Amino acid sequence: MSSDLTPRSDGSPEATGAHGVVSGSGVNDRLARPDYAGPGALPLAAVDHTPRRSDLYPKAARRVERQITLMFLLSMLMAVLFIVGYVAIDVGTEIYIPVLGGVGFQNLVLGVTFGLGVFLIGAGAIQWAKKLMPDVEVVQDRHPLPSTPTEDAKAAEQYQRGKEESGFAAYRIMRRTLIGALALFPIPLVVLVRDMWTNDDPALAGQSPAEILSSTAWTGGLRIVTDGTFQPLRPADIPVGGLVSALPENIEEIQKEAHNLNERGKSAIILVRMDPEDIRAQQGEGWDYQGILAYSKICTHVGCPIALYEHRTHHLLCPCHQSTFDLADAGNVIFGPAARSMPQLPIGVDEEGFLVAASDFNQPVGPSFWERG
Amino acid sequence: MKALAAHRRHPIMGLVLLLLALGVVGGVYGVATTAPSSADTALVGDQTQIEEGRRLYLEGCSSCHGLNAEGGSAGPTLIGVGAAAVHFQVATGRMPLAAPGAQAPVKDAIYTSEETLQMAAYIASLAPGPAIPTAEQIDYTDADIAEGGVLFRINCAQCHQAAGQGGALTQGKYAPSLMSATPQEIYEAMLTGPQNMPIFADTTLPTPDKQAIIAYVVDLQQAPSPGGLSLGRLGPVVEGLFLWTAVFAALIGAAVWIGMRAR
Repeated sequence: MSSDLTPRSDGSPEATGAHGVVSGSGVNDRLARPDYAGPGALPLAAVDHTPRRSDLYPKAARRVERQITLMFLLSMLMAVLFIVGYVAIDVGTEIYIPVLGGVGFQNLVLGVTFGLGVFLIGAGAIQWAKKLMPDVEVVQDRHPLPSTPTEDAKAAEQYQRGKEESGFAAYRIMRRTLIGALALFPIPLVVLVRDMWTNDDPALAGQSPAEILSSTAWTGGLRIVTDGTFQPLRPADIPVGGLVSALPENIEEIQKEAHNLNERGKSAIILVRMDPEDIRAQQGEGWDYQGILAYSKICTHVGCPIALYEHRTHHLLCPCHQSTFDLADAGNVIFGPAARSMPQLPIGVDEEGFLVAASDFNQPVGPSFWERG
Repeated sequence: MKALAAHRRHPIMGLVLLLLALGVVGGVYGVATTAPSSADTALVGDQTQIEEGRRLYLEGCSSCHGLNAEGGSAGPTLIGVGAAAVHFQVATGRMPLAAPGAQAPVKDAIYTSEETLQMAAYIASLAPGPAIPTAEQIDYTDADIAEGGVLFRINCAQCHQAAGQGGALTQGKYAPSLMSATPQEIYEAMLTGPQNMPIFADTTLPTPDKQAIIAYVVDLQQAPSPGGLSLGRLGPVVEGLFLWTAVFAALIGAAVWIGMRAR
C-alpha cells in the first residue's frame, strides 16, 4: 500500500502519491511513461491507462480490504457450519425447497457450506489480485518462429553424423531385415482380434462370424416362453392387443453353457396378437397363428431392444432413433433410419397346444453387417 | 398473530370459522370416501346400480360410444372392455374426453367413485370383460420389489422409462408418468391396455407378477432424492444438458468476472 507501486511515475511531484496516481492532463502524458523496470523487466505497454478507484483513493482501498477480509471470514464460518451440519442434522431429514423439490437437509447444508467456503476463498483471492495488487499493462514481444541458419546447419550435421556412426546406410541387409521385422510384429495382434467372436459354446465351434450372426437359438418345434418368468404360452393366453416379451425355452441352458448372453440377445422376440383381419401382409400359412405374430426384439438399425408397441396402430417404435415398424405389415419400416424390416419368426403350436417356433428366422436378426450383403 | 387477534371479535369471524369448519369436514369426508374399497367392487352387478350406470352412460358417454356402447366414428365399442377399463378411464379423468387429440390426458375425475362404479357395472353387464381388481389382487405388501424391477424392465420400461417417468410414442402419443398412479390403476392398466398400451393379461403376467411390478412402481414413487433437482430422473442425457447449459453458463459468468477490468 505504499507508493512503491507507482511504476509509471513521469517524474512530476504529483505522481509520487499513493497507489500509482498519474498526473498530467491527457492521454499523451500517460503514453509518455518511461519503461517499467520492475520484476521481469518487461516494458510497459503504450496504452491508455485508467487508474483504479483503489489506486486513487486510500479510502476505497481500505473498503476493498475490508470486503476481502469479510469474504475470508465468511469462508471460515462456512467451514464451521459444515461441521455443525454434519454433526447436528439427522441424515434422513427432508425439507422442501422450491424448484429443487424434496431435498435431504443435511445434503443441502453440506453442499452449500462447503461450496460457499471454497468459492469465497477464490473470490477473495481474485478480488485481492484485481483491486490491490499492482495494476500495470506490460508488453511481451513475440519471437520469430523459424530456427536460425546456424541451428539448421547444426541439426543437419548431427543427423548426418548419426547416419554414418550407426552404419544404417552401410549395412543394407541388416537395415532391410529390421524393416521387415517391424512390419510383421503387429500381425499376431491382428490375428488375436480375428478370434474375438469365438465363444465357449461347442455348437458354434468352427463357424465364421457371419454364420454365427446369421442364425439364432430358434429351431422348429422349440417352445416360446415368457421373458423373466419362463412360462410356456398357449395361444389363448394372449388376448387381442396383448404383448409378451419371449425367449426360446432352452435359453437358460444355452446361457449356462456359453457363459454369455449372446444367444439371449439374438433370440429375444416379442409376441403380439391382433385381429387377423388387421394383418395386411398375408405372408401365408405358418407366419402367424390366429393373429399372434412373433417378431425379433432387436432393432435392425443398431440393435436396440424394442418392445414399444402401440396395440391400436400396430406400430413398433425404437426409442433409440425413432425407427418405426408396422407389425401389421410384415414389420416394414415406416419411419426412421432402419433400413430393413423387422425379422419375423414363423410360429405354430405343438401337440400339447403350446406356442412353438416353426423354424429359425429366415434372415439374420439385428443390425446389418458386412457379409450380410 | 397480532393482526389476527385484533380481528377475532369482528362480526364476520363467526361466518368465516363456520365456513372453515365445513370445508375441513367436507374435505376429510371426501378424502376418506374417494378410495374405492373391495366392498365397492362387490357391489358391481347390482341391478339398480346397472340401471343408474346406464342412465349416466347415456348422458355422458353415448354421444361418442353409441347408445348401446356399440362404438362409432368418435369412439370405440365398449362391449367386452370390462368394468376395469371403465374404472381406469373414468377414475383417472381420461374419460369423458374434453377434446379429441392424439391421446386422452389425465385430468380431475368428473364422476364420483360411486357413479364410476355404476357405469362400470353397466358396461360389465353388456358382455364379460376384465373385472375391477379386488383388494387382495392389488395387495403388494408381500411382493418382491427386486423381481418386480426385473419384470418392469422387461415389460414396462420400454415405454414408461426405467424409473417410471413416461416417454414419447409416435405421432403425439405418449406413455404417461407412473409417479401418481395408484396400485389399482396400475393393475387395471396392465389388465385392459388403455389407449395404445398393449394388454398384459393375467395369463401371461399372473397376479403375483403384477403385484411385484406394483411394488416396484410404488417403491419408485416413494424413492427419495437427497440431492434434489432430480431432473425427471431421465438419466445422464438430461444431467449432461443441465451441466452444459446452466453450470457452464455460471462458469462462463465467473470467468468473465475474473477477466473484467477492475475499476
